[in-house]
Amino acid sequence: MKMEAIKANNLTKKFGAFTAVDTISFEVREGEVFGFLGANGAGKTTAMKMLTGLLSPTSGEGSVAGFDVYKEAEKIKRNIGYMSQKFALYDDLTVRENVRFFGGIYGLRRREVLDKTERLLEELELQSVEKQQVGSLPLGWKQRLAFSVALLHDPRIVFLDEPTGGVDPITRRQFWEMIYKAAAQGVTVFVTTHYMDEAEYCDRVSIMVNGKIEALDTPGALKQQFGAGSMDEVFLKLARG
Amino acid sequence: MKKFWAFVKKEFRHILRDKRTLLILLGMPVAQVIIFGYAITNEFKNADIIVLDQAKDDLSFKLTQKLTASGHLRLNGTVQNYADIHRQFQTGKVKMAVVIPPGFDQEMKRGTAQVQLIADGSEPNYASTLVAYASQMIATFQMEQAPASILQSSNPPILVQTQMLYNPQLVSAYLFVPGVMALILMLISAMMTSLTIAREKELGTMELLLVSPLHPLLMVVGKVVPYVLIAFMDGVLVLAVGNLVFDVPIRGSMALLLIMSVLYVLAALSLGVLISTKAKSQQQAMMMSLMALMLPTVLLSDFIFPLKSMPVPLQVIGNAIPAKWFIAILKDVMLKGVGWHFIWQKAAVLGGMSLFFLLLAMKNFKTRLA
Repeated sequence: MKMEAIKANNLTKKFGAFTAVDTISFEVREGEVFGFLGANGAGKTTAMKMLTGLLSPTSGEGSVAGFDVYKEAEKIKRNIGYMSQKFALYDDLTVRENVRFFGGIYGLRRREVLDKTERLLEELELQSVEKQQVGSLPLGWKQRLAFSVALLHDPRIVFLDEPTGGVDPITRRQFWEMIYKAAAQGVTVFVTTHYMDEAEYCDRVSIMVNGKIEALDTPGALKQQFGAGSMDEVFLKLARG
Repeated sequence: MKKFWAFVKKEFRHILRDKRTLLILLGMPVAQVIIFGYAITNEFKNADIIVLDQAKDDLSFKLTQKLTASGHLRLNGTVQNYADIHRQFQTGKVKMAVVIPPGFDQEMKRGTAQVQLIADGSEPNYASTLVAYASQMIATFQMEQAPASILQSSNPPILVQTQMLYNPQLVSAYLFVPGVMALILMLISAMMTSLTIAREKELGTMELLLVSPLHPLLMVVGKVVPYVLIAFMDGVLVLAVGNLVFDVPIRGSMALLLIMSVLYVLAALSLGVLISTKAKSQQQAMMMSLMALMLPTVLLSDFIFPLKSMPVPLQVIGNAIPAKWFIAILKDVMLKGVGWHFIWQKAAVLGGMSLFFLLLAMKNFKTRLA
């Protein structure tokens, strides 16, 4: 019996009179790759910020890794990894320094950080550029490095905010292989994306329109439900109302 | 604690890796002391004067000699009438004219001699310095030349003796070293701190830090620590350059000086953090610190322009600026060499400001994360 990694029950966020996220409810199972889709401004990022403890919800309930989003934000932070759409690493630090820094602020032991750094550099085949500043690396490499850094402290859940923006299909493909690998090791992956072909890679997807979740199921079931040949069509049908 | 050091280490890397920032941090204090030291000066050497000698007697000749003997004033010729004086001023070469009226010799003997000094008022500071200097020379001349009978009579000429305490030569370096110190510490502590926090926001790395278990307060302290160290290095640098190049004395206790600097840096850092909570980009942070911190620190802090001669509203603002109090304390300790019991009131004001800004900064930083 697997427990839920993420639970949201009527979660709502209002900014003044504007409701960015409107009573959304969903559950993400442990080890699942969960696609969180929606047009720009649909409320994806706001929802994600509530789940990662960056924003406090206006109403509703939510828990991540079994911890309450209102009261246990600190515990949530320790158990999640996060990669933003800007692939934010420090451009003026070297590959190795970035890894060590993020290991450091997650409180990993020195020994642990060193071991993990070696393993990570080997896996990503970045040994030859470990002393280069991250700013000089190609975008695809940065993204893969950022993903590995997000997993450095062995989080149970990793949040990816449009992780593959701006790179070619081959690099995206490589990136998704990394996602699958993490999921196979039991990490829950919560990912937002613009690319509908990527939605097909997810175990289940939800589609947000104007702050509400309008559809939630496996890609196959959704296509059937909307009588569509691809996720692209499903999305267009929903987004146009 | 380990998380904290990882963070501080990262901040140092940012600073050391950016050569331009490093140059600003270490080069600017030296450059500023030197620029201010040579540029803003009320001292004069070889100022050109002209003499309209209507007396043309023995004493008037001696007076002219006396005035130009020291080398501070240089005789640029004699003229025959007032119209000539105006013409000479208009060329801009001559800064002061001395008019010795007819019968100077006789008048001196009676003790009623008069000398007129005409100066170029378009440069008021320079003019008043010249006039003050010349008046003093003339007074001395009078003492030397007047017959003993006049000096001992019941109605001796009033001789004014001026003595400038603590800074007898009126060296302007004495005034700007405390000012530059206040400016540099403000610049490093407030502007640099606000810039570095704004940079994390701009690049998006702030989000990464906020979802990490690192406590926001530790993050701010971690940001600030390297700049505190650098601010201190710069403070010492300014004092050293002032002392070695311009002979600015440090008469009071060095320890007291450093403690006061801590108070001031604390206020500046808090202001920096406060700005960074409002600014969304580095550019905004830069503009805000320039307008809200740098300008008042230069203009309203008694650094260059005396606050007492400003309109009341500006004086009120000036008194609300930490730099004003810090500069006053620095002058007291460095030039007058006074101790704690003379400056405690000013120190209390400065400390109060530091505490106020610190609390304000902490409050604002927390609400931003809600």
